[in-house]
Amino acid sequence: MSRALPKFRLLRPESVEQALDALRATPGARLCAGGTDLIVNMRRGLVAAETLVDLSGIGDLKTIGMDESGLRIGAGVTLRDLADHAGIALSYRAISQASRAVAGPSHREAATIGGNLCQDTRCLYYNQSHWWRKSTDFCLKYRGDICHVAPRGKRCRAAFCGDLAPALMVYGAQVDIAGPKGIRRIALTDLYREDGTDYLTLGRDEIVIAVIVPPTDAASVYDKIRVRGAIDFPLAGVAVACLTTPDGAKQISIAVTGTNSRPVGIDVPPLQDREDPKAYFAALGKRMQKGVSPQRTTTIAPHYRRLSVAALAMRLARSLI
Amino acid sequence: MKRIITLKINGAPVEDAIDDNVLLIDYLRGARHLTGTKQGCDGGECGACTVLVDGRARLSCITLAASCEGREVETIEGQATNGRLSALQRAFHQSLGAQCGFCTPGMIMAADALLRRNPTPDDTQIKAALGGNLCRCTGYVKIIRSVRAAAGMGREAAP
Ligand SMILES: Cc1cc2nc3c(=O)[nH]c(=O)nc-3n(C[C@H](O)[C@H](O)[C@H](O)COP(=O)(O)OP(=O)(O)OC[C@H]3O[C@@H](n4cnc5c(N)ncnc54)[C@H](O)[C@@H]3O)c2cc1C
Ligand code: SF4
Ligand code: FES
Ligand code: FES
Repeated sequence: MSRALPKFRLLRPESVEQALDALRATPGARLCAGGTDLIVNMRRGLVAAETLVDLSGIGDLKTIGMDESGLRIGAGVTLRDLADHAGIALSYRAISQASRAVAGPSHREAATIGGNLCQDTRCLYYNQSHWWRKSTDFCLKYRGDICHVAPRGKRCRAAFCGDLAPALMVYGAQVDIAGPKGIRRIALTDLYREDGTDYLTLGRDEIVIAVIVPPTDAASVYDKIRVRGAIDFPLAGVAVACLTTPDGAKQISIAVTGTNSRPVGIDVPPLQDREDPKAYFAALGKRMQKGVSPQRTTTIAPHYRRLSVAALAMRLARSLI
Repeated sequence: MKRIITLKINGAPVEDAIDDNVLLIDYLRGARHLTGTKQGCDGGECGACTVLVDGRARLSCITLAASCEGREVETIEGQATNGRLSALQRAFHQSLGAQCGFCTPGMIMAADALLRRNPTPDDTQIKAALGGNLCRCTGYVKIIRSVRAAAGMGREAAP
């Protein structure tokens, strides 16, 4: 009946083991969680998969645990439930703010944190209908052999635009990944690589099952630059965490989304107790500009996004000290 | 692949054979002839297709029908009872919240999800809840006014 989606077989496992079995038994199968990224891309002919493995029926993936040892968020937790969690809003503010900043309210009812971390990279020349892309002979990322953003480049520069990743990275979050050989735990930052086509280090037979965030006393904040106050992906998103050490220094960690093919952590030195904040923030702004590489993947010019990242990071960091 | 799904639609139990790749919006409009739910974009951008699944607002154009197995789906057709418009429908009518009306079913369903968890929202909360619903006609002011009016009707109706 429907012509909106290509034909596929849908498997609905009830446990992670069943989902792993399904991936193993059907090479080329794709995971689907909330579907708010994947189904949109399938509608536009950007994903071909003969089998979808729907994770939404796995109860084990939908729990949030928080105690003195930190925070554990199941990969299937929806962004609505994450945003509604009072403990997270209190102790991990940036995570709460980032989950509320994703898309619109009805997307967040379905969208999961796992899907947010693994969502496809984005580009003006890629997130378009089939006939639109056909008119430009497609591109490197899918079906074509030229990049319209950097025509001499050999690599896709599509931007990773997930809001949650930077907010989790400033806390040093890790992810648990289930695969054929059991469960491995890696730093969230190592889930990504700077390649718009092959942006995840995840195997096709692996599933992100949880995000682990260590306990913290750091204050944090997340904000993003966008044209509209809702629905829009970040043109750039910045998370900042700030921890005051016993000697009065402020340890600042910053991570950015929307500018590169992966979320990027920016190394910044601590603000010492008696340091001149004006000079510190001016240097921080420079560091931010150097640390990101926005491309012509959106309608907003890269230079503007670079400056915005610096301005936003300075504003957010100032608000925490 | 075909599968049998059982679910409730607007309170009535339903069983159907559907293809795995059928979207909820196509199932509702095609198989169930519930054409009040509208498709306003090519997927996920506009909110016109908003329905409730287990009481929560969902975009039916990017939801697989098969994933609604065992769930309760509510559409704009479930708003009126015995021929009487719901408070939201009356409020949209009286406060001129609809012009061409294409976005209205989605607006009303998203507003319904809001009023169920917060019967007395302020304007900021109404705007946030309708943030994913686009309207090309009204300029939104009268839509917000309509939701506020419906919330007021709910208060009057309460004992
Ligand atoms: C109009 C619109 C606006 C949007 N705006 C934003 C925005 O502002 N910010 C933002 O961050 N996102 C935005 N999104 C994208 C999307 O809604 C979110 O990224 C969402 O969190 C994706 O989660 P999901 O569960 O729906 O993922 P899905 O669509 O189900 O999956 C996304 C990808 O992740 C993979 N995946 C899912 N779960 C797992 C897992 N557990 N392990 C391994 N791989 C997995 C899937 O195979 C797929 O490739 C927007 C989408 C739309 C349609
Ligand atoms: S950056 Fe280049 S290759 Fe990648 S999606 Fe955009 S146009 Fe295509
Ligand atoms: S039809 Fe536009 S969001 Fe569903
Ligand atoms: S009334 Fe016409 S789109 Fe909203």
